Amino acid sequence: MPLYWCVFWYALALPVVAYGAYKMRKLMKANRDVLPLLAVSGAFIFVLSSLKMPSVTGSCSHPTGTGMGAILFGPWMTSVLSIIVLIYQAIFLAHGGLTTLGANTFSMGIAGPIVGYLVYKGSMKSGINMYIAVFLAALFADWATYIVTSIELALAFPAASGGVVASFEAFLAVFAITQVPLAIVEGAVTALMFKYIVQLRSDVLLKLNVASPSIIKKLKDMSV
Amino acid sequence: MKMELIVLAILVVFIGAFAYVSSTGNHEWSGSDDQAKDTIDKLTGGTYRPWAQSIWTPPSGEIESLLFALQAAFGSLIIGYFLGYYRAMAKMNVASSSKSKKET
Repeated sequence: MPLYWCVFWYALALPVVAYGAYKMRKLMKANRDVLPLLAVSGAFIFVLSSLKMPSVTGSCSHPTGTGMGAILFGPWMTSVLSIIVLIYQAIFLAHGGLTTLGANTFSMGIAGPIVGYLVYKGSMKSGINMYIAVFLAALFADWATYIVTSIELALAFPAASGGVVASFEAFLAVFAITQVPLAIVEGAVTALMFKYIVQLRSDVLLKLNVASPSIIKKLKDMSV
Repeated sequence: MKMELIVLAILVVFIGAFAYVSSTGNHEWSGSDDQAKDTIDKLTGGTYRPWAQSIWTPPSGEIESLLFALQAAFGSLIIGYFLGYYRAMAKMNVASSSKSKKET
């Protein structure tokens, strides 16, 4: 990726991460007891983004795991969790790289979580089951990450004929199709995580404004 | 239990699809990021050279998978620890509240 695009994505990503870190500090001061869930959300990204899975297209890719953090803590704070994982992968695994860290943070830590957050809020408003809302949010957060990655690559490497749009289609062909089955699996696993959170710490969900008391009560009465 | 079964079913379909695809035809199972690299080469006619080197690359594939495994293990450890902690706490709350009910 050319230098000016690296700088551009850094410039876009860093203020978001900085604001996320600020919000995180404030939340930690106000509510010490949400810290474990924040750690679990970060660990969830750690696990899922380390799993390279074969997809039906005959290639491998890995999920992002950002859906959970986005739903619980919002996209701002999820960007902080993501950049930690991305720095680990860039330094120790030569996976991603430090120059492209800005672009990766933008696609995985910001664009994906924003989409996931909006999908969650939107589907909760429509009144469907919370677990399905979680499933959809994680699915689209994962998918959006790879669509945005395709856009980033297309902007950096426009095709000689057809320009950015042709490049975008070429990169999308690589990422998007591989990612569809993985996104479905990620959505399902994230929904399962939420089942345990509802069972064990539903008070935190209320505190973080993730669900209303009536929804929690309904979910607890239902045996799933 | 129902949701675990649904997730399990999705995983089985996913593995089944993998088994089917890999038994039909020849696939490399390479990473999609490597394929993106090929696409970059195709689009730029092979003129693009990455201008930054990684500060450190894992010396071999084995060491790379070790580091990935460590990452997954560390993450799972945290998740398991806190879910277990919450579970025990929930149980204790139930036990102590039923006890106090009996006493009164």
